[in-house]
Amino acid sequence: MTLAADMPMDGLKTRAEALFRRKRMVAIALPLVLLAYLVYALFAFNVPALLQGASLENGATLIRDSYSYKTHVTRDNRSGEVTFAIEGERKGEYAPGTHPDWVTVAGDDTITDLGGGHLVHYRAEGVSYEIPGYGTVSAQPGNGGVNATFPDGDLPEWINASKNRVTITTDAGRVTITRNRTEVFRYSLGWELFFFTLDSPYHGMGPGELLSHALSGEAGAIWHDFWNNAMWRHGDVAWALVETVLMAFLGTFGAAIVALPLAFLAARNFAPLMAVRFTFRRIFDFLRGTDALIWTIVLSRAFGPGPMTGALAILLTDTGSFGKMFSEALENVDGKQIEGVQSTGAKPLLRYRFGVIPQVTPVLLSQVLYFFESNTRSATIIGAITGGGIGLMLTQAMITQKDWEEVTYFIILVILLVFVMDWFSGWLRRKLIGGER
Amino acid sequence: MADQTAASIEDASPAEIRERYLAQTRRKRLYSGMLLAVFVALMAGGFITADSRNAGGFWDGLHRIFDFPAGVIAETVEKIDRMPANLVKFFPALMETINIAAAATLLGALGGIVLSMLATRGMARWPRLIPVFRRIMDVMRAVPEIVIALVLIFVLGGGPVPAMIAIAFHTVGALGKLFSEVNENASLKPVEGLASVGANWSQRMFLGVVPQVAPNYLSYALLRFEINIRASAILGFVGAGGIGYELKNAIGWGIGRYDEAAAIFLLLFLTIVVVDQVSSYARDLLTHGRKKEMLA
Repeated sequence: MTLAADMPMDGLKTRAEALFRRKRMVAIALPLVLLAYLVYALFAFNVPALLQGASLENGATLIRDSYSYKTHVTRDNRSGEVTFAIEGERKGEYAPGTHPDWVTVAGDDTITDLGGGHLVHYRAEGVSYEIPGYGTVSAQPGNGGVNATFPDGDLPEWINASKNRVTITTDAGRVTITRNRTEVFRYSLGWELFFFTLDSPYHGMGPGELLSHALSGEAGAIWHDFWNNAMWRHGDVAWALVETVLMAFLGTFGAAIVALPLAFLAARNFAPLMAVRFTFRRIFDFLRGTDALIWTIVLSRAFGPGPMTGALAILLTDTGSFGKMFSEALENVDGKQIEGVQSTGAKPLLRYRFGVIPQVTPVLLSQVLYFFESNTRSATIIGAITGGGIGLMLTQAMITQKDWEEVTYFIILVILLVFVMDWFSGWLRRKLIGGER
Repeated sequence: MADQTAASIEDASPAEIRERYLAQTRRKRLYSGMLLAVFVALMAGGFITADSRNAGGFWDGLHRIFDFPAGVIAETVEKIDRMPANLVKFFPALMETINIAAAATLLGALGGIVLSMLATRGMARWPRLIPVFRRIMDVMRAVPEIVIALVLIFVLGGGPVPAMIAIAFHTVGALGKLFSEVNENASLKPVEGLASVGANWSQRMFLGVVPQVAPNYLSYALLRFEINIRASAILGFVGAGGIGYELKNAIGWGIGRYDEAAAIFLLLFLTIVVVDQVSSYARDLLTHGRKKEMLA
């Protein structure tokens, strides 16, 4: 009697102990496997070499440029002409005879004040840079090189001098002297010319002043100058954002419209013929498996770059995803409702309309809206490949590796766009689905 | 309010009720019709706009849609003997793409687990900071991978690591949100039990919550892995290495290397289909198999 009771207890005990041992093994082995994989990935990706090759200077430029801009003060050493240009771009050039207020022109002496006591003089006989705590560097560029003279002692690291080129980089700015040109970069905070470029009469006006101009009938002109700002291209950027949303919208909802009827043919309870079901499921798998990347490449050969190509690529991929999801939703519908509609003598089409569609609409709609939001993000990437929308502008601005403030601006816009779409699709989901219940 | 309508319905004659019902139906139909009209107008307007801003029009391109695939297939058939060699040649690039996705999913899931627990009521280490962690996840989810990848490529140089970091960053936000929904449904009793014996926060989470939610975590992570393979292939096209980069080169070359493009298409397609099927089978096992076991 006691023996019989003890035996299974012992068996249970050993089994429990074995289970615990196994669990303990797994608990130790699993993190070890993960760690081993990450170490493998570390070497497969060649991370040590990457860290050596990383250019921290690029990162620093990027960060500094994202919140500041530089103005180039350039002197042509042959003609003696001095020009001022924001970011050194033609469209940011100051009109002849005007200059930023940190520049003083006294006769043929142009004094650039870099702040903190750093002064650069452009004179007819040459250029001189007063560096506090170091001394004055002067140079007479011309035939035979830059002809620079430095204060006594060894050259510090931040001065890079050769016969034909001298570069001085200080906290206040950067001076480059070559035989033909002398250039000063002065860094200032902010995104210059964001609203109006220098050629607009409204540049430099405060909001109050602008408002009074707008009220006196110049609103159209003010808007025109802002919208066609050559530096920031607000009009083009707005179009690019619209194009990106358009790609996501046409792609997602087009896919839903195409996928809904096809999903019936892939659902077990609506397509009794095995062969039909199998065919449509494989079609969906094919559409989904051929990634949006491949569709984009194939379609851009036929339709050329632009938002239509991106929209169609999203449409094809998502038709596959929706087809699968919709047919799964259709397989889960309640048959009673369909029977009820059928009992009133409804034809098959009416049965689907009133027996099936009301049941699945909330599920389908919430899936479609979720995809809409996530496709806005995809459309940014697809746009970078197929050449449309904000994705393209972002990659273009990045490839030039110059206008990092523009890149920052685009990044902020993209994130805001995704946020807005996220909020909008959530709002619509609550409105439509909440309203139907 | 509800009582009033109920009372007035009781008072109303059948004809009145019928009238009201029909009026309500008409109103509903009108609203649905208006909604549908707006939607159709948006679709049509969007189609026309997209068509006019595309380099080639939709109707012009429609008959050319098979030209490129036909060209690729023709060249592939011509050089079919090279196919096995091409498949072997691009296999390392495919492995790199898969490795990017796997490492990113792994790191992203680990980050997502921690963030999701910090953002779930009842589990959070600092309950007051729950909204902060939620916003952090929202922001991480909102940033498209390409943005981070391009910035990192500029700083770190091209290669798989920028893509991995970019995808992992996005994955933390995406999985963190799904995980925190899973956490909401987890029982807090084990956590309380562990707290009563003096376990600290990480012990409570690791021993009390993770065993409950691990199958669901795994299922979501598998789904994400599939998405991340696609993302990593796309980022390769923008300059982050892997099979996307090889594809860009083969396509950019044009006729003459289409057999290579076809091999890459095939590899990518097979990978996605295999991962899709395996992960959907495994996910089914993880969520449904578990239920069966519990019921039995």
